[in-house]
Amino acid sequence: MVRFIFTRLSLVVPTFIGITLIVFVLVRLIPGDPIETMAGERGIDPARLAQLRHEYGFDQPVFVQYLYYLGRLFQGDLGRSIVTHEAVITEFKALFPATVELAVCSIIFALCLGLPAGIIAAVRRNSIFDHGVMGASLTGYSMPIFWWGLLLILLFSVQLGFTPVSGRISVMFYVESVTGFLLVDTLLVGDYDAFRSALAHLILPTIVLGTRPLAVIARMTRSSMLEVLGEDYIRTARAKGLPAYRVIAVHALRNALIPVVTVIGLQVGVLFTGAILTETIFSWPGVGKWLIEGINRRDYPVLQGGTLIIGAIIMIINLLVDVTYGLINPRIRYQR
Amino acid sequence: MPLLEIENLSVTFPSQTSDLYAVDGVSLTLERGDVLGIVGESGSGKSVAMLAVMGLVAFPGQVTADRLTFEGRDLLRLSDNERRALTGKDVAMIFQEPTTSLNPSFTIGYQLAETLILHEKMDRKAARRRTIELLDQVGIPAPEGRLDAYPHQLSGGMNQRVMIAMAIACNPKLLIADEPTTALDVTIQAQILDLLLSLQRDRGMALILITHNMGVVADTTARVAVMYAGQIMEERSTESLFGSPQHPYTAALLAARPEASDGGRLATIPGVVPGAYDRPRGCLFAPRCAYATPHAAECRPELRPWQNGLIRCHYPLGDTTRDERIAADRRAAPPAAAPEVA
Ligand SMILES: Nc1ncnc2c1ncn2[C@@H]1O[C@H](COP(=O)(O)OP(=O)(O)O)[C@@H](O)[C@H]1O
Ligand SMILES: [Mg+2]
Repeated sequence: MVRFIFTRLSLVVPTFIGITLIVFVLVRLIPGDPIETMAGERGIDPARLAQLRHEYGFDQPVFVQYLYYLGRLFQGDLGRSIVTHEAVITEFKALFPATVELAVCSIIFALCLGLPAGIIAAVRRNSIFDHGVMGASLTGYSMPIFWWGLLLILLFSVQLGFTPVSGRISVMFYVESVTGFLLVDTLLVGDYDAFRSALAHLILPTIVLGTRPLAVIARMTRSSMLEVLGEDYIRTARAKGLPAYRVIAVHALRNALIPVVTVIGLQVGVLFTGAILTETIFSWPGVGKWLIEGINRRDYPVLQGGTLIIGAIIMIINLLVDVTYGLINPRIRYQR
Repeated sequence: MPLLEIENLSVTFPSQTSDLYAVDGVSLTLERGDVLGIVGESGSGKSVAMLAVMGLVAFPGQVTADRLTFEGRDLLRLSDNERRALTGKDVAMIFQEPTTSLNPSFTIGYQLAETLILHEKMDRKAARRRTIELLDQVGIPAPEGRLDAYPHQLSGGMNQRVMIAMAIACNPKLLIADEPTTALDVTIQAQILDLLLSLQRDRGMALILITHNMGVVADTTARVAVMYAGQIMEERSTESLFGSPQHPYTAALLAARPEASDGGRLATIPGVVPGAYDRPRGCLFAPRCAYATPHAAECRPELRPWQNGLIRCHYPLGDTTRDERIAADRRAAPPAAAPEVA
């Protein structure tokens, strides 16, 4: 196990350098640079433009800029936003909890609905429920996030007025940040109205971001469960006289979950991509919205730093998933 | 009162075109402590018949019977809960593939204790102690050390011992062993059979041993039922069945044993077991039988008493009038009528 973790960690450095290179080149392929973009429509005096470019080092060859960037990176310096002059890492830290809160709620939402739906669909295969779940998950999977988000906003926020349209919490509340997760912080100070407000703001973004993982988890659970239910050891479990719920919830599920855990791990990357769109639709003040703004402003350090941190987080989560996989699958544990 | 009574048990698997009769009118009676062998080619319905007794025929299989009782209790009328209280406790079953029959995600100890906790209402500690005893009884060395092992860490033979320990955990009155040695090395096969028989003797439990190996039956069982295409073709004491088989199919099976060969070519039975679509109208064995007549191809024989046993054949081998009757039946309908299939 330890060796396994080290093998995986040794892949981290090359992956990192790959990410920095790709992002560095890609952001510079977007037409316009940060100085021009900031100057906007009014334009800028060419002499001043040249001076600013020189100050930020944009007049040097891209290759040289990249080496400088790498050099600073290895000293742990992700740079500062060109727009706000705030350190990238500070901005990221401030916004990240909002994204995590949304992502965690989405995954919980997807698991709470997806696992039972997949299990029941498998146990009652070819029933109306099964066909319904499969149809719904195919629809959910193919739904463009933008369209789905706007649809829900139109229905629940605009027409029915059930949920707020955007933001994390109503402006009338001020909550001291302790963990950065509003659901937790509001409860810590015992402000239940604020908690309700935060919860109401979370519902639609959670559904929008959780739909695709929900569809994937439901389908994967169903197919994995179907396979496991045909195994000899399920017949053995029934031959012992175990009640049906134990056969399914203990003997079948434990084995069926192994591939599902992998899929959940892979969904983490998908979740970050989805968060970028979801946060933009709902004006959710998280790193996704921050990155989109970074693109609009050609804020190179923000884009480079943000992508790198997110890449690191995805890698760590995937490693954790692999470790979990080994824990629930005894056949893997002993082979390393 | 017999331990197990089966009368006219059928299991069908419905399909769009034609239903598959996996088991077709099987009747058996088993007394306490009996050892019965069930033999037949693979696909003859041995496993499905016994799964029906266990209540384990999976959807969409349909089980029907005129009578299916265990210690006088009608198994088909029991509620799900009552039925489950019997399965795994009074009636237990072990299977052909020991390694895939154990759950790969749980330890041996957990899987064994689970049965004890379920049926004997033991607590974890007591179950653990009993589990060690059971593993010891089935000949697993250093049983304490094996409790935390997973099935993939043990050999097939060891896993089959674990399966046996699990099956006998609650002192069943009937143990059904479905080809318990088929998947094992030849050297292990005899050990497992010896273990099963010694457990049967010590505990006085009834044992149904399913196998397609005639040699195994000869060495182990007192009585044999020969199954073919879902039906019992012949049933009698092992000694008399091997001494003078009465059904042409039994005789063909015995002749096909490697031990029966005189050093020349092995005898074989031409043709294959009929499937769902080519099920004969008359005797199911007629298309492969050397003595088939138009009458046999048309008219399905009943399972009837014959020479201290049961037989399902128009012309039992020991019947002194059979040659005349075969000749007469062949004359009655000219040979143009080849064995017909329904
Ligand atoms: N779940 C099932 N669905 C459809 N057909 C089945 C099923 N299980 C068994 N059968 C069929 O029933 C027949 C008898 O099978 P089985 O009892 O396993 O034979 P044996 O144990 O004698 O080798 C076979 O033709 C098999 O294909
Ligand atoms: Mg079988």
